[in-house]
Amino acid sequence: MTQAVEAAGGRCTPTDDPTRTVAPLGRRPTSVVDRRRYGAYTVVTAADPHGPTPDPGQFYMLTAAERWGGGEDERPFLPRAFSVMRARAGELDFLLEDVGPGTNRLAELEPGDGLLLLGPLGRGFARPRQGLRPILIGGGVGIAPLAIWGDALGASALTLLGFRDAAHAEGAALMPAARIATDDGSCGHRGLVTDLLRAELGCDPRAEVYACGPPPMLDAVAAICREAGVPGQLAMEAGMACGYGACFGCVVPARDGYIRLCVDGPVVDL
Amino acid sequence: MIGFCGIPLAHRIVNGSGTFDAIAARRAFGDAIYERFPFAAFVSKTVTLEPRKGNPPPRLWELPGGLINSIGLPNKGLEGYLREDLPQLAELPVPLIVNVMGSTRDDVARLVAAFAEREEVAAIELNVSCPNVKTGLIMGADPRELAALLDRVRPHAAATPLIVKLTPNCASPAEIAAAAEQHGADAVSLVNTLRGMAMHPDRPGEPWLGGGTGGVSGPAIRAIALAQVREVRERVRLPIVGMGGVQSGRHAIDLRRAGADLVGVGTESFRDPLAGQRIADEASRAEEGFPANAARAAVVVRD
Repeated sequence: MTQAVEAAGGRCTPTDDPTRTVAPLGRRPTSVVDRRRYGAYTVVTAADPHGPTPDPGQFYMLTAAERWGGGEDERPFLPRAFSVMRARAGELDFLLEDVGPGTNRLAELEPGDGLLLLGPLGRGFARPRQGLRPILIGGGVGIAPLAIWGDALGASALTLLGFRDAAHAEGAALMPAARIATDDGSCGHRGLVTDLLRAELGCDPRAEVYACGPPPMLDAVAAICREAGVPGQLAMEAGMACGYGACFGCVVPARDGYIRLCVDGPVVDL
Repeated sequence: MIGFCGIPLAHRIVNGSGTFDAIAARRAFGDAIYERFPFAAFVSKTVTLEPRKGNPPPRLWELPGGLINSIGLPNKGLEGYLREDLPQLAELPVPLIVNVMGSTRDDVARLVAAFAEREEVAAIELNVSCPNVKTGLIMGADPRELAALLDRVRPHAAATPLIVKLTPNCASPAEIAAAAEQHGADAVSLVNTLRGMAMHPDRPGEPWLGGGTGGVSGPAIRAIALAQVREVRERVRLPIVGMGGVQSGRHAIDLRRAGADLVGVGTESFRDPLAGQRIADEASRAEEGFPANAARAAVVVRD
């Protein structure tokens, strides 16, 4: 992650972005309306009848209304941050992989269960610079913000997705016409999704790259883009307590000190 | 309306220093956060003379009932704060309390002098949880060290209340509070975070946090905060800002009964940006002497 973002600049400066969608103040009590499994992933749909339409790349802080800190003094204690994967009228989709106490609790929520939403937060993706075709590259659960961004960009976007194995690659069904790579070759290209990106930019470097995934993938994407002289935007992730700039926990190194991903990201320019 | 060191406040709930960034919150929520500000006063993050980047990540570790943070006091330094942050914070609808820290008595005196002359600043809180580089002693962990610090800085804040933020990482916070009282402090606030650490799950023997150790906060330390506030109240007459793991009106009432005049909310704001308002309102419904947050709308706290 370090190399990827230390060179980040431009929109990375903590100045305000007048185009960002501002979150309603406070947590909104709501409920889960749907839950679907895609291999290793769970899509949780939350009702949000009164919230604003989020910008692609923005995120929400989610807290289960019950069995979340408080009375039992157990983890999960803090809310968890999730990029919005899709937004329809009054509904938000979030993509979860059960990897710890917070995601475990959220993934077991059923329709009707209570949820607290804070968001949309942070700054999202910006449109490709003039004349450049968008390439979306996602790894694992990092495909979430690319789905809503791909919808907004339409058919011009090329989508490259990488997964560990076929069970995880079921998540590719969430995005149309994606080219797939798996670590074990059980689905699509055997190897890294960044192999696909390198080949694609080798054919035609007139592109803007949008990436979200694990830190080693983002590092590789950053290196490939820099080498090819291609602009890129990374949707990054960091452990986060609050989501609105209070805790100073979610910092990543930038050109001049640290930036908070929750207010200066999560999307940063390469 | 209540009074604290001569400052009129709409209710008793404030934020703990470093647990709320009013400027960043305005970016996330727009002007709504200034119109419905959750606290009766705003306590800034710690300001130092020179800018600080803060500690390398990771900076957070979630605990059962709380978290450990190792943020490292990132801030723009005195000049940057005066130039960029103070004008924005002056627009807050509540009084501003600036928290400062220096590594020598002279540094603290310069910070205190700089803020004492600003009319936007209602009070100054001294973060004394760091070492004096000249004596090697933690300024707030040794009564004589704290006494010498207050003797040095007090003359620079003739009309501005000085609050000493006590550290729980010492032998006797009550001893320190007594020294603060004898040497001219106007109030004490407690508890700061308790030192703690988490081991790295994948690298045997290494700490998880970039800063090595960090500060434990949240409901995990509530019982400790109650005991220390009680102990300090039995020792001094100074006003007390009590804090540590407050999540509800009930917890605020408990701290008040233990001796606190104001109650600080910190970690709970990470879970809920309006925690301060909710806690003020819950306490006001349950107990006399706790004005509700909503009362603020009816009064002009600052012109």
